[in-house]
Amino acid sequence: MAIDWKRYDPTPFYDELIEKPGRPRGPASALAEYLASLDEGEIHSRKQAADNAILEMGISFTVYTEGENIDRAWPFDIIPRVITRREWDQVSAGLEQRLTALNLFIDDIYNEQRIFQDKVIPRYVLNQSKNFREQCVGIKPPQGVWAHICGSDLVRDGNGQFFVLEDNLRVPSGVSYMLENRQVTKRVFPELFENSSILPVDEYPTQLFDMLASISPRPQDYPEIVVLTPGIYNSAYFEHSFLAQRMGAELVEGADLVVSDDDCVYMRTIDGLERVDVIYRRIDDEFLDPEVFNPDSMLGVPGLMRAWRKGNVGLTNAPGAGVADDKVMYAYVPDIIRYYLDQDPIIPNVPTYLCVNEKDRAYVLDHLDELVVKPANESGGYGMLVGPHATKKQRSEFAQLIKKDPRNYIAQPTLDLSVAPTLCGDEIEPRHLDLRPFILQGVRTDVTAGGLTRVAMRKGSLVVNSSQGGGSKDTWIVDEEN
Amino acid sequence: MLSRVAERVYWMARYVERAENTARMVTAFNLLALDMPKSVQVSWKGLVEVTGNEDLFDNHYQRDDERNCVKFLLADADNPSSVLNSLRAARENVRTTRDLVPSEAWEVMNELYLFARDHIDQGIGKRGRFDFLSEVVQRCQTLTGLLAGTMSHDAAYDFIRLGRNLERADMSTRHVDVGALKLLKKDGEDPEPYEGLLWTSILRSGSGFQMYRQHVKRRINGVDVVRFLLQDTAFPRSVTHALTQVQDALEKLPRNELPLRLVIQARRHASSAHVEELIAEDGLHAFMDVLQRDIGDIHGANAETWFLAAPAQAQEAA
Repeated sequence: MAIDWKRYDPTPFYDELIEKPGRPRGPASALAEYLASLDEGEIHSRKQAADNAILEMGISFTVYTEGENIDRAWPFDIIPRVITRREWDQVSAGLEQRLTALNLFIDDIYNEQRIFQDKVIPRYVLNQSKNFREQCVGIKPPQGVWAHICGSDLVRDGNGQFFVLEDNLRVPSGVSYMLENRQVTKRVFPELFENSSILPVDEYPTQLFDMLASISPRPQDYPEIVVLTPGIYNSAYFEHSFLAQRMGAELVEGADLVVSDDDCVYMRTIDGLERVDVIYRRIDDEFLDPEVFNPDSMLGVPGLMRAWRKGNVGLTNAPGAGVADDKVMYAYVPDIIRYYLDQDPIIPNVPTYLCVNEKDRAYVLDHLDELVVKPANESGGYGMLVGPHATKKQRSEFAQLIKKDPRNYIAQPTLDLSVAPTLCGDEIEPRHLDLRPFILQGVRTDVTAGGLTRVAMRKGSLVVNSSQGGGSKDTWIVDEEN
Repeated sequence: MLSRVAERVYWMARYVERAENTARMVTAFNLLALDMPKSVQVSWKGLVEVTGNEDLFDNHYQRDDERNCVKFLLADADNPSSVLNSLRAARENVRTTRDLVPSEAWEVMNELYLFARDHIDQGIGKRGRFDFLSEVVQRCQTLTGLLAGTMSHDAAYDFIRLGRNLERADMSTRHVDVGALKLLKKDGEDPEPYEGLLWTSILRSGSGFQMYRQHVKRRINGVDVVRFLLQDTAFPRSVTHALTQVQDALEKLPRNELPLRLVIQARRHASSAHVEELIAEDGLHAFMDVLQRDIGDIHGANAETWFLAAPAQAQEAA
């Protein structure tokens, strides 16, 4: 059965492509019309082509269960999501504004701490932050930038307004899938790229390389850049290896690096030791340097912090940058933007209740059936409560958790996450999704054109994480004026 | 090139070569056992001895009968050199260097390991043994050929060649050892008349039967077979030839002084041995021990020169 948009029900939520049955949104009309022109067999053969491309290109992610690593094919929906360039320019400006303010904030936290003296944020928020690293106090990284790479999660509400749901400032992942999704879509729907102007996304590896090169302590034409991975057993290993290859950088593990008596970092090669200028690290702070952080870490490099503090190696993201992606700090980001930039936030935050505040806590405990409760320091969608979908028992368990450790929990209203038409078996059905654009900040700031759209493949589900059965879509920023 | 990566491809090649040679050795010995009259017994335990793992065997098995010995050589989880463990280790090394080796090589390696794992019982049992082992040998050869034919012959490939030929030299000394240890037990009858069959089987372990026939042109006898397997310069599985290949690979690598010196020395040992005397004076086994130590030293020098320090890598020593 071919697609008939008149029979597609976009639900009460905001649908990215279809405004109401039979009427696609302006920027999506060419896509919708094209999809409707394909018969069922054709749609399935495109889907098959996409699955084959994913296998052939080896696009996978790793799930670790029952002591075994399983490489799974990357889950991908062939129907792209479309956003207009005009709207995206606005979002992009908002993301740049946000990361600029966050970097000023992190630099302030580890140095003067003006923001506390001026009482914009209460100091206790910092004292209880799990991602504050006192080992970083007094450090001034190049250009004052701590978070060079940020992945921010955006969602749309029922009116189509974008909100920032969270900022990932530690080791955000997913960008390789954004790039691969586009490659797959180009193979599957080449006709569509000929007739519309879809902004390209493949500049990312070059921009990443340039940003990394810009923080090299030895300004020269060919800085030695490495990607530091925890190894093959990490769920994002595919991405580490992908980015290293695309940048022509060496993919290293902790044991490959050594800090010598001159406090410089070297990698062990068959030619002997070679100096390393910049490390794009994909391992968490705690495992980075057993001399300073977790002494049992086998993943890190003893002495790395020494080398970084002396300015002998560029490290990205800087250790300690995660202090600003804590979900309690998140609630203060609009204040942070106003304080450092004297501007109003371009993209709003989702309203957030801090359980540490007595008034907020009372409200949260009273409204657990309406709210989403999240731990302040988890990522990947773990350890959260989606109130309306939870059982009474789960809610009362969370009430106990909140009372026990209020600083560790925040709550937000259940969002009416937007949906988009998604191929589910033989049918096209609306599924909820979010969007993770990536922002690079060094001497200059670059925002990806779009980002990684993640889809909750289960009907009605709001959980988009690939570790929990989420899928993904290619994201098109379409320039209607061209 | 990163030291870690060099080490992984080197071990991948060693393990594949080890699996293939062990499979060949069991095949040849199996055929020999079938040819012997009931009165002459073949010692399967001797095969375990030539691999150098008899202590492990004795710790785990009460009886050194055929089934236990074959199981130990092919499948035993506690024997680090069993065919299955070698293939598992090889696969893990390919898996962690997938960006470097051609993707078909990963597929072949993965399928090879899965095949061996799923059909290992055939190899242990008598009936399916021959087919199972031939399949393993063939797939190992496919992998070796695939790497030779599709991978750039750069430093990574030099490490593969280095590992493969060092392991091959080591395994060839062990094939010769099968003859040195006199694995035919006398049982009243003099096993002497069957020694020709034993040496034939040893040639078969190293796929050398046909080449021996073409190049040596004499009836099969211990002295000529050992000379062939030790000193022939043209046969790819002779110790001398394999060590020449090792030298060739070493010459292309940076900072090669120490391993290069050792390989030249080892090759001299092999090529200058007086085989007739060694056999007459019962010194063949001791001499193979010397060569195996030489080969172990070359490995040690490789590790010291190019690989990561020992604690980070829990790989088995040569």
